[in-house]
Amino acid sequence: MPQPTKGARLGGSPAHQRLMLANLATSLFRHGKIRTTETKAKRLRPFAERLVTFGKRGDLNSRRRAIAVLRDKEVVHQLFEEIARRYANRPGGYTRTTKIGPRKGDNAPMAVIELVEELAVAEPEAKRAARKAAKADAVAALAGETDEADEAAAPEAKAPETDLVGADEEPPYGEGSHAPLEDDSQPEGFPIKGNEDSKLYHTTDSPSYKRTVAEVWFATEEAAEAAGFQKPPSQRDKDDSEDSAE
Amino acid sequence: MAVPKRRMSRSNTRSRRAQWKAQAVATVPCPQCKSPKLPHAACGVCGTYNGRQVVEV
Ligand SMILES: [Zn+2]
Repeated sequence: MPQPTKGARLGGSPAHQRLMLANLATSLFRHGKIRTTETKAKRLRPFAERLVTFGKRGDLNSRRRAIAVLRDKEVVHQLFEEIARRYANRPGGYTRTTKIGPRKGDNAPMAVIELVEELAVAEPEAKRAARKAAKADAVAALAGETDEADEAAAPEAKAPETDLVGADEEPPYGEGSHAPLEDDSQPEGFPIKGNEDSKLYHTTDSPSYKRTVAEVWFATEEAAEAAGFQKPPSQRDKDDSEDSAE
Repeated sequence: MAVPKRRMSRSNTRSRRAQWKAQAVATVPCPQCKSPKLPHAACGVCGTYNGRQVVEV
């Protein structure tokens, strides 16, 4: 049985909250994106996602239950025909909430809640397969099938060792990389800093270049990419445009 | 009901109120436009969050 919401109702009474959530959900499905207070957005999320689930189920009973809440038949039609179809391969998580800071006037923290975009087909399949495989491995390990467990554990045990050895002498990430020097200065010809924790690299143009303590140095961006390091997300688009400008 | 025995002096009142200090809001630079913004919230200047346009400006 679902646990009732703790604390005060939105708007003061259960009836007011029901109406408010219904109106918020109607607006969300009609416009795809609405701006409201953080509190309302947080309450709306599970409420609206349940309605999307009705839409995905798509039978008469679900439709009646959605109409009982939304009342606007046009919106229900849109929910069942367009929105539900868009999320056919998405296992929940149909909305996204982003905080946008306090409102002028009463300083209420505001948020934007929106219906997320369609999911590409390939991505979740691969992810689900990976998760299933991981689970199967874990189950096998627990069941005492030592062969598989050993195989799974062995490469993991080896990997950190090679990393540690590499940090001392050899290039830790292959061609074009360099272990940090003892005085933390830049090795000759390796200007790019790599952060092993975040797996990000910083070029000399990066705003956080000076702040970054290099755990590994790279000669070129390509070498860093090849080692599995990424550019900080904030710089990706901008740097592309800079490259084309150069 | 418990009530104050003596009127509080202006000096005491002001000493107490001297401790009421406003604090600067913590901000972080926006990754897109570098202007200060609230952490974990969309930027008020360019309207982006996590590289995504959240609000129109
Ligand atoms: Zn910005």
